[in-house]
Amino acid sequence: MSGTPGTVSRYTAPARANHWVTAISLVLLALSGMSLFHPSLFFLTNLFGGGASTRAIHPWIGVVLVVSFAGLFFRFVRLNLPNADDSAWMRALPAVLKGDEERVPEIGKYNAGQKLVFWGMALLILVLVISGLLIWDQYFAQYSRVETKRYAALIHAIGAVVVILILIAHVYAAIWVRGTISAMTTGSVTAGWAWRHHRKWLREEAAKEGRAGKA
Amino acid sequence: MATSSVPSTLEIVRKSATKGGITGALQPSANEVAKLIDVSKCIGCKACQSACLEWNDKVEPVGINHGVYDNPIDLTENSFTVMRFTEWDNPMTGDLEWLIRKDGCMHCADPGCLAACPSPGAIVQYANGIVDFDSDNCIGCGYCVKGCPFNVPRISKVEVKATKCTLCVDRVGVGQGPACAKACPTQAITFGTKEAMKKQADTRIADLKSRGYDQAGLYDPPGVGGTHVMYVLHHADQPQIYANLPKDPHISRVVQAWKGIGKIGGLGLIGLAAVAGFVHHAVMGANRVTAEDEKKGAKVQEDQV
Repeated sequence: MSGTPGTVSRYTAPARANHWVTAISLVLLALSGMSLFHPSLFFLTNLFGGGASTRAIHPWIGVVLVVSFAGLFFRFVRLNLPNADDSAWMRALPAVLKGDEERVPEIGKYNAGQKLVFWGMALLILVLVISGLLIWDQYFAQYSRVETKRYAALIHAIGAVVVILILIAHVYAAIWVRGTISAMTTGSVTAGWAWRHHRKWLREEAAKEGRAGKA
Repeated sequence: MATSSVPSTLEIVRKSATKGGITGALQPSANEVAKLIDVSKCIGCKACQSACLEWNDKVEPVGINHGVYDNPIDLTENSFTVMRFTEWDNPMTGDLEWLIRKDGCMHCADPGCLAACPSPGAIVQYANGIVDFDSDNCIGCGYCVKGCPFNVPRISKVEVKATKCTLCVDRVGVGQGPACAKACPTQAITFGTKEAMKKQADTRIADLKSRGYDQAGLYDPPGVGGTHVMYVLHHADQPQIYANLPKDPHISRVVQAWKGIGKIGGLGLIGLAAVAGFVHHAVMGANRVTAEDEKKGAKVQEDQV
């Protein structure tokens, strides 16, 4: 941000690139996965060159996702550790949903909802990787028993549904809370956005800038 | 039906991953065919295995000897049938019995493979009860392997397609019996309408009982709606002794949850979440940053500089 008055820098270019690689692979995984999940969505396999190539490509996109998400995880894990503000925010959830943010306590870079997205994704991606490897039969068929694979397939489906629910919540929040998306496109948000949604973070950032300016 | 060029018995009654292709057993009809394998008449010659490879134009690569007669040791992408040999010590008589079971697809009336298959039309069931894989539609995902209560389908390594016994549907369609039945020198394998095969089984069971096999019986497990490959077993009360033939096979509850409520509930939840988003936005309106927010935000920054 440095220098641009009225804006706050939220994500560096590498963080944004990392985010979008993860986002694209997750969307492709959701589309290819759902095409093999419910017959009414089988037509989506056309996006990936047919049923057989969808089957072949889906796990490889998963590999990309895991590597990419691992990057996001280590980038953001420290800022997503729980703190006292989280329970206060959760108690204020009705006000959050009404957009009545004056009744919501001041929050740092991430609120409890965003932290839930982070930890939910981290946990479920781990579940999906393990269950996914167990049913990646093209290469790993011989390493587990059929009964294990049945559970893996069910767990993979449930995990994927929950990931998609989190994805919907994440995307919806970014759309509903206007001014959010620029954080992941240009990398910065307006000071007003930061004041409204992440006031504590704004103060911290401003303090840092202040120190840097005085130094 | 009568005007169709397809024999009525080869009409497709169920297709995987299409409406009506999900649950429920085939309606019993006079069209149903069955292969009857009389375990008590089998001499273990493996002519059926050879005939199966021959008719399906498959070659089983030379394997290794596992120290038992089973060869290959398991069903493979080429070997749709395998003789499984069991040496069983009969605790009642003290006799050592050599049990030989010809393993392969059972052609369930309620096929788990078909229930699990995600690709429309990759697995079909004909009116005569035969369950068949259509390679053109198969995507090689291996879900059929998970759906099968008998662990029968195999996925080919190169083409990555599911394979299994077709009950020689291409022979049955022109009025012939399966290749294995044709090759069997002792008529341990016979083929006909399911009704006729059940009658034949009755005479065999009566014969076995008269010779001291009190528990002789027919294996036509109701848990999968009955099968179109049936066994006459001399110890029908304990099918497990025949190389782990399941006593009460049924489609795994895990697969049922995955392909039943999971499939519908999962999609429903995703749809609900999307609708909830639209409704929330319509009711609440966008959460916008106000001019006052901007002023206050900028002030925080200025104060620090």
